[in-house]
This record gives sequence, C-alpha cells and structure tokens, in this order.
Amino acid sequence: MSLHNDNKNLIETVAEKVEQQQLAESSSDGFSRRGFLKVTGIAGGGLVLAMTMPSIPSFAQTSNDLESTIELNAFVRVGSDGKIQIYAAHPDIGQGVKTALPMIVAEELGVKWEDVDVLMAPIDDRFGRQGVGGSTAIPRNFQLLREMGASAREMFIGAAADAMNVPRDELKAENSRVVHSSGKSMSFAELAKLGIQNQPVPDPGTLKFKDRSEYTILGSSDITGIDNYNLVNGNPLFGVDISIPEMKYAAYHKCPSPRGKVVSANLDDIKKLPGITDAFLVEGNGDARLLLDGVAIIGTSTWAVFNAKQQLEVEWDYTTASKDSWTDMVARAEAGQNQLGDQIVKEVGNVDNIFADAANKTIQSHYQYPFISHICLEPMNCTADYRKGENGVDDTVELWPPHQFPARAYEVAEQVFGMKKEQVQINPVTRVGGSFGRRVYGEYISEAIAISKQAGVPVKLTWTREDCMRHDFFRAGGFQTLKAALNPEGKLVAWQNHFVGITVGDRPASGARLRDVEFPMLNLDHVKGTQTTFNIGTPCGPLRAPSANATSFVVQSFIHELALAAGRDHLEFLLEIMGEPRWFEPDNDRSLNTGRAADVIKLAAEKAGWGKTLPAGQGLGLAFHFSHRAHVAEVAHVSVDANKKLKVHKVTVAVDVGPIINMSGARSQIEGSVVDGLSGMVGQKITMENGEVEQTNFHEYPVLRIPATPEIDIHFIESEYPPTGLGEPALPPLVPAVANAIYAANGDRVRHLPLTDQGYSV
Amino acid sequence: MPTYSLKINGTEQQLEADPAMPLLWVLRDMLGMVGTKFGCGIGQCGACTIHVDGQPMRACSIPASALVGRDITTIEGLASDTNLTALQQAWIDLDVPQCGYCQSGQLMSAAALLESKPNPSDDDIDAAMAGNYCRCGTYVRIRQAIHQAAASKTAMFYDATEKNQEDLV
Repeated sequence: MSLHNDNKNLIETVAEKVEQQQLAESSSDGFSRRGFLKVTGIAGGGLVLAMTMPSIPSFAQTSNDLESTIELNAFVRVGSDGKIQIYAAHPDIGQGVKTALPMIVAEELGVKWEDVDVLMAPIDDRFGRQGVGGSTAIPRNFQLLREMGASAREMFIGAAADAMNVPRDELKAENSRVVHSSGKSMSFAELAKLGIQNQPVPDPGTLKFKDRSEYTILGSSDITGIDNYNLVNGNPLFGVDISIPEMKYAAYHKCPSPRGKVVSANLDDIKKLPGITDAFLVEGNGDARLLLDGVAIIGTSTWAVFNAKQQLEVEWDYTTASKDSWTDMVARAEAGQNQLGDQIVKEVGNVDNIFADAANKTIQSHYQYPFISHICLEPMNCTADYRKGENGVDDTVELWPPHQFPARAYEVAEQVFGMKKEQVQINPVTRVGGSFGRRVYGEYISEAIAISKQAGVPVKLTWTREDCMRHDFFRAGGFQTLKAALNPEGKLVAWQNHFVGITVGDRPASGARLRDVEFPMLNLDHVKGTQTTFNIGTPCGPLRAPSANATSFVVQSFIHELALAAGRDHLEFLLEIMGEPRWFEPDNDRSLNTGRAADVIKLAAEKAGWGKTLPAGQGLGLAFHFSHRAHVAEVAHVSVDANKKLKVHKVTVAVDVGPIINMSGARSQIEGSVVDGLSGMVGQKITMENGEVEQTNFHEYPVLRIPATPEIDIHFIESEYPPTGLGEPALPPLVPAVANAIYAANGDRVRHLPLTDQGYSV
Repeated sequence: MPTYSLKINGTEQQLEADPAMPLLWVLRDMLGMVGTKFGCGIGQCGACTIHVDGQPMRACSIPASALVGRDITTIEGLASDTNLTALQQAWIDLDVPQCGYCQSGQLMSAAALLESKPNPSDDDIDAAMAGNYCRCGTYVRIRQAIHQAAASKTAMFYDATEKNQEDLV
C-alpha cells in the first residue's frame, strides 16, 4: 500500500473531515432533504412544532414573537403581517453566511428582501449540520435552501389558488405576493391568514426552481450584511459580549510549552488579589484539542483575572511537554532536502531518465514557509453555566461557544466530562469575530466547562491575546524541493516534488503533506512525489485554505521560474500546462477544470494589462491556484525600491465559482483574502524554542494595516456550474502572484517566507 | 474600593472600581457597554478605540480613574438616538464589516478623523486609520466609506445652506 493510502486512514483533521462528510452526503439519496420538509408535514397538520428556544440574555431578537408566526418548514416561518422569518442556521464567522444563505431561501420563495427577518436558529438537528468550514456553506446548502424556499412558495401558491379559485399553474410568487396571469394578486400577508398551514407540503421531487435570468435577490450587490446596523452601533453580538446572571469572569493559564503538566501555583497569593474570587488547578487529559492542564482564575472582571494571571508563579512538569525548536526543524529539513523522501506519494513514468537527458534543461529550487497563527481578533472565549444536579438529577451545562461547529460542544462534553447530550444545552452565538479555521477544536469550551464546574458559578472564560497567539493550532511550516525538466522546445516534461512535512501525534498536520492530485502532477507523463515527515509537539490545524495557502506559493512560483528558464512568457507557459479543457481528475467534477482555469487566467491577465511595459522597479506577477472547487487567477502589480521596500499597487482577481449568491459578500471575501494573503506573506512567522512559542502579541506578529492595502480589481465569470464558496480560495494565488511580481520588478526570487526575513518591508 | 464619576456619552456614571482598571473593562464588565472591544490589551490593534474630549484613544491602556471630568464617547454614543451618523450609514451601505469585531474601533477612529478633517485625502486616512487592525481585511471598503461619508456630509452642508438661503429669500 502506498503512503498516500496509509495516510488516508489517518486523516483526522477537521478540515478534511468536513470534506469527507460533504462527499459522503452528496452521494446520498436526498433523504436529509425530505427530513427537513417532513417537519413541515407535521406543521402542515396544524401543529407548530414545539421547539424549545434557548434562553439567550442580551440576544432577545432570536425569539421574536414565534408564537404569532406559522412554520412552513424548518427554515421558514410567516407572520400574520406577511413578514417572512428565515432561520440562519450556520455560524457567521465573517464569511457572510448569515446573509447569503437566507438569500437563497428568499429568492425561491418570491419574497421581497425587505420583508425578510433573519433569525438566528437554535442548535438543533432539524437544521442539519450547523457547521461551517472548507468554503462549503454555499455548495452544501444551496440545493437544500432552494427547496425550503420553493416549498414555502408552493404553499403560498396553493393558498392563493384556493382563495382565487384559479389553477395553480396560472400563479406565480414575486415581491411578497402571489400574482395571477390576469394581474390579480394577493399578498403573503393576506394568504398567511387563510390557513396556509393547511396547505399540503409539496414533494421535494416536484419542486421547480427559478432560472437564473429570473433572479431578483441572488447575485445582487445591494443586499448588505444582516448584522451591519447592530455592528455600527456597538450592540452585543459576539460570544465575548455575553453576560448571564451571577456570571464571573475567568482566565486560564496553560504551560507555555504545550502539554506541560501543572504541579503547583501560588494560588493563595492569587486569591488575595483585588477582584479575585477563586483560583485553582485544572487537570487536563493531555489532548490539546480537548483539555490541557492549567491554572484557572475567577474574578469580578476580565481585568482582575488578566491582571492576576500576570502574577501567577507556576511550577510546570515539562516531561510530557513539547520540546519543539523551529531552528532545529529548519536544520533538519535543509539537511535532507537534496535527497528524496522515503515515502512515495506518486510515481508516473521515469523522472530520472528525463532529468539525465542532456538535451533537457533541469531546474531545482527549495522553498520554505513558516508556521503562522490565526489571530482571530475576537479572542477565544466561551461562557458556561455548569449546574450540579440534586436528588439524583444529572448535572447540566449551558454553553455559549463561538465556534465553527457549535454542536461539537456535545462531543467535547461527552469526551471530557462524560456528559450525555441531554445534559448539555448549546446556545447559538449571533456572530463570531473571525475564525479562519481556528475555532474547530473544543479546548476553550472544555476549559469553560471545567472552570464553571469546579468553581460552582457561571463563568465567561476569555483568553488573553498572548494565550491566543501561543496556544493556537498553527498552520504548519513546511519545506518543499521542486525539480523539473524542460525539453529543447521549452516544454515542461518532468516534475518532481519532495515535501518535508510535519506530523503531530503521528498524523500529518493539516495541509502538511503532499497531495497526489496537486497541480500539475496529473498533467505530465513523468512525475515523482515523495515525502519525508517528522513528528513535532506543537498543535497544528487548518488555517484559511489549508494546504493551498502554502503549496500555491511553492508550485506557482516554481512554474514562473520554469517559464523564465524556458525563455517563455509566463501566461503562455501556464496555459500550455493547463492544456485542453477537461476535468483534471477524470470523473471528478469537483476537481480543477482546465478550461475554467484557462478562462480565469486569461481574464486576469487581460484586465491587468499583462505584457504592458512598466517603469524600472515595477513588475506584474501572475498566479493561478485551484482550491475549494474555485478557479482563481490573480495578477499583482508591485514596485520594489533599492531598499526592498515593497508597494503592492493593485491586485487583479478573476474568479469562477459559478453564479454569485451575494455579490457584495463575494467581493468582500476576495478583498479580505487578498489582504490576508499579503499580511501573512509579508511579515508573519511563528517560531518556537523548547516548545515555547516566541511571539506573544501583535508587536511581534504584524498584521497588514490600511496604508499597505492595494487596490483590488475583481472580475467574475459566472459560469453555469453549481455555485461554490469564496471564504478561502482567493487567498492562495495572491502569495505567488506577489512573489512573481517581485521577481519581475527586481529579479529577486523569493523562495522563503515571510518577506521581512528576506529584507523586505511594506 | 474608591468611587468616582465618569461622563460617558453625555451621561454621568457613578462607579466603584479599582482606580487602575482600564476604561475598556469598566465599560465592558461594569457598565455592560460591550461595543468597545478587547483585541490585544497593549494598544496595538485599535479594537478598543474611544474618544476622550474628541480625541481617539485606546481604552485598554487608560485607567478609567484618569478620565474623571473628561468627555468620553464610545461607539454606543456615536449615533444620536436612532439617527446614524453619515459614517455609520456609509459603513452599512458599503457593507464594510466582515466579522465586524474591529468595526467599532474603526468607526471611532474614522469619526475622529472626519471631525478634524472633513474631507480627508487618502494619506490622511492612512495616517488616521493605521492604528486599527482589520483581521478580515476590510480596508478597501473602510477607505471608500470614509470618503463617502465625507462627501455626504459636505452635500448635507450645502443642501442646508441652499435651503437657508431659500428661507431667507
């Protein structure tokens, strides 16, 4: 069995789980879709489902007069005033799903967007899987939500057909009305009063959907974020804003070297500090994803506990702690980078023969990228209210977890505390202050539960910035050596990649392995991919566009190197590698489509003025990268001065993700990805020595600021393929586009990130 | 615990708090005004930006007791009742927020900028806004929204002037 197959059995990273679940569900028979509408069947019988709405202090808008509304299906309710309530069932972590997903329902329903109230859904199985990750919210939910909208629409049409005594097929729903071909119409408000709940629920197989030419909501630029008003007024929306009765504030201090065990701490001193009500040791289970040892401090304000945390003196037992050293990792990788790896990921043809042929030109380069951190601006936090059961009643815990998969709190409560689902109440959090793949693990939830349980009071646990930066699940650093051959015509004929990757607990870290379908390995007759891995103790996890965010830099920079070595234009060389339009992985319509790729590459190049003459010290750089089912090409226009001061003037982006759902949101995600990609490549680098992360706060880990932000020019090809997500895929091409542009400007090939390590500044 | 009084958004608030407690935590944990955000605690990110006598400052780094007698404005006090400022309206219209966590601080820095420079240049915006991180990268729209708010304020001013002239006639 090849290493690749072995690895498949070991895949446990959350990002990959998401993808696996998604593939499994997409091949199912639509059972789940019927499930959502079956709820309607009950409601259609005149029963509004008795659903326990969670109590959410300060978040009262989620329980908007439910009693006076009629449920049409799991996602749609109608009020007597004709207002449509649509549930937002997925966490909005800044990717805009709380706006975009309800738009899909509203479009098929035929309601005016002004007549829609978006409600935060409770955490409940009836909404399916309420998680976000892997840019999957749109592709996973598009069809389901169309069905919810269309099903409710058919109920309005049925009610109108009865009331007007006309055939259904002479009616259509638009602008919150059902309109007859004669021009006569009835409003949703009127129809809501005519026993709409008695209308039969349509069989999902009979539902018809709008043609794209009929869309009035989807693709609109005019619909803006559903929480914008509350955001610009500073209203409480985030987990960290939650306050519940009797709540205390908590901080948690872990060993700076992950998995060190706590021996003792100056708890008596800490308890005497002003505002501190309690302090104690917490014993973890050694799993960074669940609960590590630490010291809990409880007090009357966040400031009191943060302050006390700084005065902690803790004795740690480092026996089990990480001993990682970035310096050692680099030395180890560099020592082995000219050899091939012991793990063969892919082998086609015979690269060695091609490299040995003196007629061919052979090029080899080493690339390196560092660990980076998520730095979500809202710190990790969770509010927990643990109640001891009395008289034989089980204990309970109520939770407010800002998380990409809030229902994972059930698993955490079971795995760490042995609690059954019935003992756990999870409340949705209205917004999450950034995630980027960070909030997929449950350790901060466990910490809050453990602290509330041990202290006997409800607590809001908030991490300091230092906690967030040092106790992250980092994007693993990596080292890749690429070697390729060009034949006498300058054509790419052989490709070899040796990937030195990272494993944590003997599993490959997220994105830290060579994929056998990596572009352009499937396109060539002679390919070899090998891997060397070494095990580390630093927790690693998915970070926005896992794998792609680093591999794009390596592969798409190297392709530019090859084009230059061949004396050919980069655009023309890249298009030649793409070849004829086809699915890159045969029979996988979720893989790279070389035709779609060529179209976005050509569009980005054209819009950026590829080939134009620029003043000395300026350059254009091109890159394409496929990830998350999205085809994205970017061209960066940069200046670099003699002191390596970099200015990115403009980034031109061409994207094919099928039809756009929310145009404003889609553009936001691309703008954000460009800034994020640039921010990361310019100056971000996490290093560790003796297991301890050396960066503690933003003064040691710079984030791009407004003056360095380029103009961003975005172009969509709204193809007929099903719509896919944009939370991640516009980030990967940015990095090689800028690196290639730097080369074009000053002839310096950047093979190690971040740029500040190479003497650059912005 | 000493007591003191702070004037926040035009209202005097009596407090009993540790004099060293930064304004950020007085606002968030004692007064329940959670619009002002904690981001880094060391004045690097700008998420906690508020105004003291109209000047933008980082609430995480100023002891609240040092602000007795000063005029403090927070994001909750930016709009008067439900009347949004031109800046807040531009933020909504241009759909600036992504996750939204930093936006209170962005708005407070931008509001202070427009007070001192009603028609800021791009350089003015760079200088005034460089202390506010946006992890989601909404900078392009922040810049546009500041320009749009500046333009609409100017337009409102001219409208009012013309109307006044009509009234005079």
